[in-house]
Amino acid sequence: MIEQLPVLVIVIPLMAAPLFVLIGNRKLVLLLTQLVCWTVFGITVSLLSRMQYGPISYELGGWPSPYGIVYNVDYLSAFVMLFVSGLGAIVITYAPKSIDKEVHHSKHTLFYASYLLCMTGLLGMCITGDLFNVFVFLEISSLSSYALISLGKTRRAPLAALHYLIIGTVGATFFLIGIGLLYQMTGTLNMADIASRLQAVESSRTMLVAFAFMTVGLFIKMAVFPLHTWLPNAYTYAPSVVTCFIAATATKVSVYAFIRLIYVIFTPQFAFERLPLDSALMAFSLVGIFVASAAAIYQTNIKRLLAYSSVAQIGYMLLGISMSNVGGLTAGITHMFNHALIKGGLFMVVGCFALRIGSLKLEDLRGAGKTMPLTSFAWVVGGLGLIGVPMTAGFVSKWLLLTSALSLELWPVAVLMLLSSLLAVVYIWRVVEILYFSPASHLAKTAKEAPMAMLIPTYIVIGSTIVFGCWTVYSAGIAHAAAESLLGITQMGGVQ
Amino acid sequence: MTPENLIWIAMLLPLVAIVLVFIIGEKSPNIRESCTIGIAVTLFWVTTRLAGFVFSGGRPSFKMGEMLPGFEIAFTVEPLGMLFALVASGLWILTTVYAIGYMRGHHEKNQTRFYACFASAIFAALAAAFAANLFTLFVAYELMTISTYPLVTHHGDEKAKKGGRIYLGILLSTSVAFFMLAIAWTWTVAGTLDFTPGGILAQPNIDGKISDFQLSVLLGLFAFGIGKAAIMPFHRWLPAAMVAPTPVSALLHAVAVVKVGVFSILKVSIYIFGIDLISETRLGEGANPIMMSDWLCYLAGATILLASLVAMTKDNLKARLAYSTISQLAYITLGAALATSDSVIGGGMHIAMHAVGKITLFFCAGAIYVGAHKTNISDMRGLGRAMPLTMGAFLLATLSIIGLPPGGGAWSKWFLALGTVQTGHFWLLAALMISSLLNIAYLIPIPIRAFMTPAGEAPMKFKEAPMMCVVPLCITAVGSVALFFFGNEIYDVLLPIATSAR
Repeated sequence: MIEQLPVLVIVIPLMAAPLFVLIGNRKLVLLLTQLVCWTVFGITVSLLSRMQYGPISYELGGWPSPYGIVYNVDYLSAFVMLFVSGLGAIVITYAPKSIDKEVHHSKHTLFYASYLLCMTGLLGMCITGDLFNVFVFLEISSLSSYALISLGKTRRAPLAALHYLIIGTVGATFFLIGIGLLYQMTGTLNMADIASRLQAVESSRTMLVAFAFMTVGLFIKMAVFPLHTWLPNAYTYAPSVVTCFIAATATKVSVYAFIRLIYVIFTPQFAFERLPLDSALMAFSLVGIFVASAAAIYQTNIKRLLAYSSVAQIGYMLLGISMSNVGGLTAGITHMFNHALIKGGLFMVVGCFALRIGSLKLEDLRGAGKTMPLTSFAWVVGGLGLIGVPMTAGFVSKWLLLTSALSLELWPVAVLMLLSSLLAVVYIWRVVEILYFSPASHLAKTAKEAPMAMLIPTYIVIGSTIVFGCWTVYSAGIAHAAAESLLGITQMGGVQ
Repeated sequence: MTPENLIWIAMLLPLVAIVLVFIIGEKSPNIRESCTIGIAVTLFWVTTRLAGFVFSGGRPSFKMGEMLPGFEIAFTVEPLGMLFALVASGLWILTTVYAIGYMRGHHEKNQTRFYACFASAIFAALAAAFAANLFTLFVAYELMTISTYPLVTHHGDEKAKKGGRIYLGILLSTSVAFFMLAIAWTWTVAGTLDFTPGGILAQPNIDGKISDFQLSVLLGLFAFGIGKAAIMPFHRWLPAAMVAPTPVSALLHAVAVVKVGVFSILKVSIYIFGIDLISETRLGEGANPIMMSDWLCYLAGATILLASLVAMTKDNLKARLAYSTISQLAYITLGAALATSDSVIGGGMHIAMHAVGKITLFFCAGAIYVGAHKTNISDMRGLGRAMPLTMGAFLLATLSIIGLPPGGGAWSKWFLALGTVQTGHFWLLAALMISSLLNIAYLIPIPIRAFMTPAGEAPMKFKEAPMMCVVPLCITAVGSVALFFFGNEIYDVLLPIATSAR
């Protein structure tokens, strides 16, 4: 049983989804979905706890690698799967009241099925060692997320989903083209196998084209500036629960795939020395951070504000990855985790506002600090995390990024990074002032505090941003181990 | 109890206070405030016990653990931090008593939040005072900014919002843009962030990891990054913070918050750079190379004079006191920048002397507001007849702020002046003298006018503020004079911080 865990992570939610559509009873399906999510979370916890004995390789159907599909669990994939399934579980626990209000009752079972499929896709992208499989899971998660987004209440939701679908499909297609080219050159789809055969053909133009297609494809899915245009609308018009889950996990899994692409399939030498991807990444990240943060400042809808902030935060992760040393990579991976918690938590707060106030315009939130004190305070704590105040998770990643930038003597990067984090102060504090110092709007005046069923999960996530701000053994510690093994793998490949 | 345990007990006490204040809440304000006072008294007792160990040469330390790989939260108590902790915890008792009189006399809302945030600010002050490394200090520093924001914006109106915006804006941006960068840079070149007698930057300087000029830039990042020291041009947050209720202005914006700022600057100068490194590193070629911290000395001197000049133009008493504080803080920064043993001791002494004097003045301002509803100095003519105790205390504290015997401030200013002479900064000596004259010009007229009612005007009836307000301010006024007679003891206590560098 224990050795089947890697495949169960995928099989359980994948099989559950169609089954739940057949069951069709919305209360029962809700309970079962929660059960499945927590089970998957339990499995990822036990997978991660097994990492101290070394990485796990699981051959699907008993076909030996590289002929069959392999599932690989190492520190990085276990870590990413852990927070994807963890947030998936906590968000679905938080979800029922919010979904009741925002999604039509007839669609509930479909909603839960899509939610499970989306999670399956994201987990699959993490665990699989087969490149074509990555594409398949990417499409599973993308298609289900288009469906989830289109379930939003307003008529703009389907439009936003369509926009995302068109751009997302372009991204996925680019990724597929890259895979095709790689397959043509190496004759294999197994990642480790590709990596070992790549040296021979590394200098060919086809490799460059393949790499370029895959990178741009993933950039679209990550919403790297300037390929981010699908994200603000998708996040804004999706149901609150969907935004919580997707914002916390989907872009991070694409970042994960990108890390695999650079550090496992190709090599940092190929990406950063043969190609100037590191300086390009730094430039795109920094410009993106500034532009998206500045855009966030001028938003009038709280969800859209957070969406732009997400675009900016992706920049910090890429900055860390582009440094291609242990410190930078640790910072990038840690920020994936920390930002998942912070942004997931903040979107959960927004979900509470959406439930009780019914509007997400900043002007309607005025004075909500009086009528919804607990929800508003959660915003303050989560916001402090996003700003990166000490003793919050955001500080940990910012500090790691700063010290690693300075150890590489990247002075402009360090200074710009710090300055950009001041923009976060502006957009977070603008909302804080609206919540606490403005005369109440007529909607906020009559609002009640959010129900405990939503507040408790929200506070668990928000509270964990404080916990992981003070105690980093299981965030930065694991990220460090993951970064070391990633760089170790490339060294063992004998490329240096 | 071993001194190691006393450290965490001292820091735990304010946290206990926060919890108790929230549990008891608005239901029974009397019990809530007695809890705060009880804990404040216990805390003061604990810090005096700890002081006994530290002042006799002990350096107890306590490790919390690693917050990030390689970056520890750890505490080590040395004399300077001990003195600061003593001052903060002692004045917390008096301020709480005073706050009861003020907040109730004034029917303020949200008192539970008020006392809870107050306790958390005290926690941050203690954590900063005991910090064993820059990382811990930075965490405590930022914690203090955040925990005092609700106090500054206590009234929740438009004015409070604006004040809070400036407060948070300046303090957060300077600390993130400069202070954090400076710490990370220090760590990159020195490989450690521990406060070490003699400093940690001398060796990297010899190894060529950081040049003399870069040292000067790094000092600048620290001096501007520690915005709480209110060096011009980053001083605007302090007058903005005056929208807070007066007890906040008294304890936090005359003692805890601002003193964390100058305390951090002193710590950086003594234990990160080392005063020898600052005073011996010269920039420029030729016969008269300048000290690397010269620009900071002159900037501090300019802040001393300019802030005093601005104070003269303010008619609102709290605003005048705020600018006076900016000026007095720059004295301490000057002490750190001059980097002689007398000047850093003078700076350290001034933390205590100015704290007791300035808190008295703020207590008086609050008492006048509660008792007579006056905020402007021009309206305080003849007030001495109505509030003789308050105005008498004001006069005593004024002596200490100006630096006239028998005020405690006389000693610290004396040692700072010695520092300017020892390093040959005669212009700065002149600035100190002029500033003292300016202090006389903007502070003394207030009590004088209050007592000398022009003939013909009907003398006001005796009407002091509530006893809860008046008693604490009388105690601190007497304290500011009493400190004059303990000048020698404080000097002896602080001597190790300057000599351990040799």
